[in-house]
Amino acid sequence: MSEEEKKGGTLSLPEPSEKKPGGSLARRDLLKYSAAGLAGLVTLGKIDDLLAESYPTIGGSYHPDEHWWGFVVDLRKCIGCGACVRACKEENSVPDGFFRTWVERYTFLKDGRVLVDSPDGALEGFEPRADVKPEEVTKSFFVPKLCNHCEQSPCVQVCPVGASYQSPDGLVLIDKTHCIGCGYCVQACPYGCRYLNPVTGTADKCTMCYHRISKGLKTACVEACPHGARHYGDLKDPNSEVRRLLNTSRYGVLKPDLGTHPKCFYIGLDEEVV
Amino acid sequence: MLPVVPSVIGYVFPNELHVTWTVMIVLYPYITGLVAGAFIVSSLYHIFGRESLRPIARFALVSSLAFLLFAPLPLLLHLGRPERAFNILITPSKTSAMAGFGIIYLTYLVIVVIEVWLTLREDMVHLAESRTGFARLFYRTLTLFDTTIDEKTKAFDHKVAKFLAALGIPVACFLHGYVGFLFGSIKANPWWSTPLMFVIFLLSAIVSGIAVLVFLFYFVSWLRKVPIDRACVGTLASFLWGFMIVDVTLELLEVLSIAYQQTREWEPLQFLILHKLFFTYVVVQLLLCSLVPFLFLAFNAIAKPREKLSNVLVFSSAVLLLVQVISMRWNVVIGGQLLSKSFRGYTTYVPGLWNKEGLVVAAVVFIVPFILLRFVDGVISLFPADTPLGAWWARRAAGKTPAVPAPFGT
Ligand code: SF4
Ligand code: SF4
Repeated sequence: MSEEEKKGGTLSLPEPSEKKPGGSLARRDLLKYSAAGLAGLVTLGKIDDLLAESYPTIGGSYHPDEHWWGFVVDLRKCIGCGACVRACKEENSVPDGFFRTWVERYTFLKDGRVLVDSPDGALEGFEPRADVKPEEVTKSFFVPKLCNHCEQSPCVQVCPVGASYQSPDGLVLIDKTHCIGCGYCVQACPYGCRYLNPVTGTADKCTMCYHRISKGLKTACVEACPHGARHYGDLKDPNSEVRRLLNTSRYGVLKPDLGTHPKCFYIGLDEEVV
Repeated sequence: MLPVVPSVIGYVFPNELHVTWTVMIVLYPYITGLVAGAFIVSSLYHIFGRESLRPIARFALVSSLAFLLFAPLPLLLHLGRPERAFNILITPSKTSAMAGFGIIYLTYLVIVVIEVWLTLREDMVHLAESRTGFARLFYRTLTLFDTTIDEKTKAFDHKVAKFLAALGIPVACFLHGYVGFLFGSIKANPWWSTPLMFVIFLLSAIVSGIAVLVFLFYFVSWLRKVPIDRACVGTLASFLWGFMIVDVTLELLEVLSIAYQQTREWEPLQFLILHKLFFTYVVVQLLLCSLVPFLFLAFNAIAKPREKLSNVLVFSSAVLLLVQVISMRWNVVIGGQLLSKSFRGYTTYVPGLWNKEGLVVAAVVFIVPFILLRFVDGVISLFPADTPLGAWWARRAAGKTPAVPAPFGT
């Protein structure tokens, strides 16, 4: 699908590309082998019970191949309360001063200036701006940000050891046990979504709460949002909520010209938002 | 008056308030630049037959190795999980430009170690023969117990060394050009993302390599009260002049082309240059450390001043150009991180002093290769015996035999 068509508001949706990065394939092989190894172990002990305990699954099993996760933010609904930021911090033990998700406030002034702020990532929401008078403002809105789980993610491309990878279900994840903490991916992400976690010494960012969604639970931020601004879902499922939203609204992605093909879509996106 | 800039201006993505790549990542390309530059100087003699560079060719080669051994140190100090550094060699990702580091580094290391050994072998054999006891064993070990020196072995050593020197040129260019590519290929960052980055890094590497050799050559000659080899520094000075012109031209071209195109990125970059980087880029890198040495070296080349004045001009140009290149590294590495990817704001970086990635550790990391050089010079002469510095070494060694002679200056 061309950019033109997308901008023109056609109803077709981005399909997962056929090409799967080498990393994910290798990883899959690894999974297969480990699964085979585990199967061997299971016959020796009662590990299967243990596994069933620690990995509750959707309807009995979670098959990454069957999903292609995406995220939709309805900018018309966000009220900038910061509940998502707090929920994410709590859920994922995000260290102080770093953010897997944050909320920005855009303030447009009559003189043409556009002011943006995000005090402490909007962890405590927003106070009215002290530096502008209400009568100077033409419009204002909030923009939640998170990892775009780019289909062609530059962060995965640059990781020298393959610790950043794309999972078969379309999420960009980091193998914390393999990352060397070089920070190259932090430089490569055009959206400021990554940071080096000072506690683990490794790269860190939004996982779209993989540990939750793979169990059929909502992401922490989606669950916390009081206004229904955040939605996650399976782009492969024609009946999913994200599909429905994208099929019925005009949307955009951030920095489309960089060719990263983000999978976080914004309904009601303004061109000033980058 | 320099403008006073608040620490954060405009809107910076919250994760970008912390600058990820610190002064260690400034030092890393600086040291690899010295490696590549020093190697190129030795090749100018070994391959391109610049006879006047003979007095410094061997020293250049060993310096290159000394810097090379410590080049990965700043990287290690920077890594969040240094104990996993070998993952780069074990599981390199084929899509990553950085993954090539291990392979390129090791290839170059092997080439330089063998070339250094071959170049110094004859001297080691002679030293082993003229010593007794422990010193003899020490030098014999250095020769790997192969002490035959005749016309045949000499010709063979020379041939292999020449081959390695030739092979080393593209590898050295690659080693350093690749560092430029690491930055130039980051499309997220408009201050880095230019194909010119590869070439600029390479040329600035050569400039810094020549400059450090000029600096050391003068320094050692003055310390040992040995007359300066004018032919040698003359050649070095003209190469320094030539390479710095091309280097600075390309550096300016890069900025001028963005400025002239007036792209969307130009507005934030202009602010970056004129405010956040005004001192380190405009004042230090361009005016003080490019323009001044350019004028000095031009005057030296064209007006042919008296020896004393010429020495002052060349030496101070070398020092200024060493500062030019490190400030260029700073302005690229740190500068690129000061501009937020929101293109709406700027952060500030102040290096720590005593922490793992602080200034004190950085200074130590930078000085260690020089200390290593000093020790190597204590063991074997880094200058040919028929040059003033080589003769000084032989005199010193003769006075102290059979003990291992002390490093220079003592
Ligand atoms: S938003 Fe950044 S961190 Fe997330 S996938 Fe894209 S490039 Fe990677
Ligand atoms: S910090 Fe970790 S995940 Fe990021 S590029 Fe380096 S090794 Fe890869």
